[in-house]
Amino acid sequence: MNLPSSRRTLLRLSTVAGAATVLSGCVTAGGDKPEQTKGTVTEDNPLGVPEGADLEVVMFNGGYGEEYTQHAVTLYEERHPGATVTHEGLQKVGEVLQPRFVAGDPPDVVDNSGAGRLDIAALAAADQLTDLAELLDAPSVDDPGVKVRDLLLPGVVEDGTLDGTVRFLNYSYVVWGLWYSQSLFDQHGWTAPETWDDMLALCEEIKGAGIAPWTWQGKYPEYMMDPLQSLAAKAGGLDLVYAVDNLEPGAWQQDGMLAAADAIHGLVTGGHILQGSEGLSHTEAQNAWCNGQAAFIPCGSWIEGEQQGVTPDGFDMTLAAVPALTSADALPYGAVQGASSESFLVPAQAANPRGGLDYLRCLFSGEVARGFAESAKAMPVVRGATEGLDLSSGLASVASTLESAGEHVFGYKYRTWYPELAVEVDTATGELLGGRADAQQWADRIQAAADALAADDSVVKYER
Amino acid sequence: MRHGKYRFLIGALAPPLLLYGVFVVSPYAQAFYLALTDWNGLSAEAGFVGLANFADLWSDKLFLSALRNNGFMLLVVPTATIVLALFFSACLTLGGGMRRSGRGVRGSGLYRIVYFFPQLLSVAILGVLFQFVYTPGNGLLNGVLGAIGLGGLERAWLADPASALPAVTAVMIWSAVGFYVVLFTAAMDSVPADVVEAATLDGAGRFTVFRRITLPLVWDSVQVAYVYLGILALDGFALVQIMTVGPGGPDNATEVIGLTLYRSAFTYGEFGYASAMGVTLFFITLTLTALALRATKRERVELA
Repeated sequence: MNLPSSRRTLLRLSTVAGAATVLSGCVTAGGDKPEQTKGTVTEDNPLGVPEGADLEVVMFNGGYGEEYTQHAVTLYEERHPGATVTHEGLQKVGEVLQPRFVAGDPPDVVDNSGAGRLDIAALAAADQLTDLAELLDAPSVDDPGVKVRDLLLPGVVEDGTLDGTVRFLNYSYVVWGLWYSQSLFDQHGWTAPETWDDMLALCEEIKGAGIAPWTWQGKYPEYMMDPLQSLAAKAGGLDLVYAVDNLEPGAWQQDGMLAAADAIHGLVTGGHILQGSEGLSHTEAQNAWCNGQAAFIPCGSWIEGEQQGVTPDGFDMTLAAVPALTSADALPYGAVQGASSESFLVPAQAANPRGGLDYLRCLFSGEVARGFAESAKAMPVVRGATEGLDLSSGLASVASTLESAGEHVFGYKYRTWYPELAVEVDTATGELLGGRADAQQWADRIQAAADALAADDSVVKYER
Repeated sequence: MRHGKYRFLIGALAPPLLLYGVFVVSPYAQAFYLALTDWNGLSAEAGFVGLANFADLWSDKLFLSALRNNGFMLLVVPTATIVLALFFSACLTLGGGMRRSGRGVRGSGLYRIVYFFPQLLSVAILGVLFQFVYTPGNGLLNGVLGAIGLGGLERAWLADPASALPAVTAVMIWSAVGFYVVLFTAAMDSVPADVVEAATLDGAGRFTVFRRITLPLVWDSVQVAYVYLGILALDGFALVQIMTVGPGGPDNATEVIGLTLYRSAFTYGEFGYASAMGVTLFFITLTLTALALRATKRERVELA
């Protein structure tokens, strides 16, 4: 054999070997499910956590901080002295955990939240999540006579249910509505309007005082979609909401939806919105509102925490429910859009899934929930957690709004179920608020996208 | 010692080739494979779907508007950047009084440094800075327009579909010009002074010198600049993601391929489809590079 040919053979062989390693190291080559070990079930260990099994908690360290998840770690360690618990707070949960899910080596508990979160519906479809039913039926930490399920505010279990199975539980309860400064309103003798006609009359009055009636977070049209879809839900009731979520034909062109879009569009044509709002980021718009340039801003209840450093003393931010759209609304004025967020889940391929469940049992205890309300200035989903606490003005108004809403708390699901549709909704809403489309064009555009989605077999469909 | 030589060569080449293979070639190869599947990014299995992803691309409104917007940037960014950079570097090397010919305008040493400043800022900072420049109401741009009596032109620059894409494009050009000024200035400095002097003695004006002598002699640099800027114009993801309404809005006016791809992969969990976009972008870039190099091919001038 002469040298050149053997060199060529060597090169050819090495190319083949290289290609083989490339292909075998493929991203989709995953592991098999590990065997689940179960420890002895006792009164102190109702979920049967194996003794001495370590626990890994990965959580989104965002606006709510990580004090409450650390708190639950302390509680867990007291209950399982033999276990080593690692706790990690991240900003981009998805980027870090995606490869671990694919490799079959996920942590035991994940708080899958924030802008970089993983698509929960896709995780569930890929069979990556543990069924949480066992946790819900387990006795709570505070009172063994009460199940964890009975501690949660209405809608929390439903929020975490995908295709009939509970896949995740949210920790923070968010309420959407219109925010205003109580002190500013007292000073001018204004009150939050209960009907849309009153709202328009008040807008004229506010303009007379040299203040813009509304501003909004224009760069992210979803902020304005919340009052719009709240108006629609009040007018059309839960039937309207379900029709939208179930992608029914003509759902976006229902009377209530059109009337709501028209009402919001009227704010633009009536000149009731701070000029240039459509180009403001959420920070810029919220700061303009805090500086008294505008009277109302639509937002979820996280705004108080978010604006902490900017809000002037004595501003007294207050939440009001979105006004009633017509006199014949299906839902009462007090009805609000509410949903839970901060999604905690237990990966199906976790090394210690029972420990993960028991960690969540600690997290949903009264003690941790009270700490959350105090440190994160937000509503936990645990019943009665804010009772007896000295609440800030914003959080107090959230609590009282929730109380007067009673059972009339509604929420849309299309945003979680069909993110593609949500993008089109936001684009169309941007056009509506930019004055470049009217209510009918807005509705037609979204309906076309919803119809296309309904006809697309490759997208997993949900129903409620 | 032939044997020892090969061992040395293999020893020296293996680590970089291995790293390149693992971190560059292998992801590329996997993207080509994933583009033919319906992988959702989370499961361990990916179903083979053939060319369906590529077929879907051509009826995807978002992807098509992204193509259109990248096309606009591809037309504007390289040309505008190169023209501006050539103009500035010509001022720095040829400008100034005839007697000082070859040294450029007064203070050109300082300008050379100042022009390079934008290059030192990361894209993220650029995006945030220019977001403030374009802010409606009290933004820098609207403020300047108001101050010079052009208040009628004030608008929410990033919230208007007509001005949003040009606004982003302008930032791209602003940030790129400085680097190419430095590149072209260096190339122009290496043009022999005696050639320029001879032409000047023959009565050539500064514009003629630039057109007939300088430009042909720096053409290689222009060619390289064109390819680099073309690739830059096909990206634009970071600026759009940070600056624009939506992002990608209003009304998809600033949607770019990178953003559509990112959203498909990380928001919708359609990694297979996103990979198909990536592969398409790869071929577009490759074709454009080949075309640009061929179209701008000229006779090389060899200087002694």
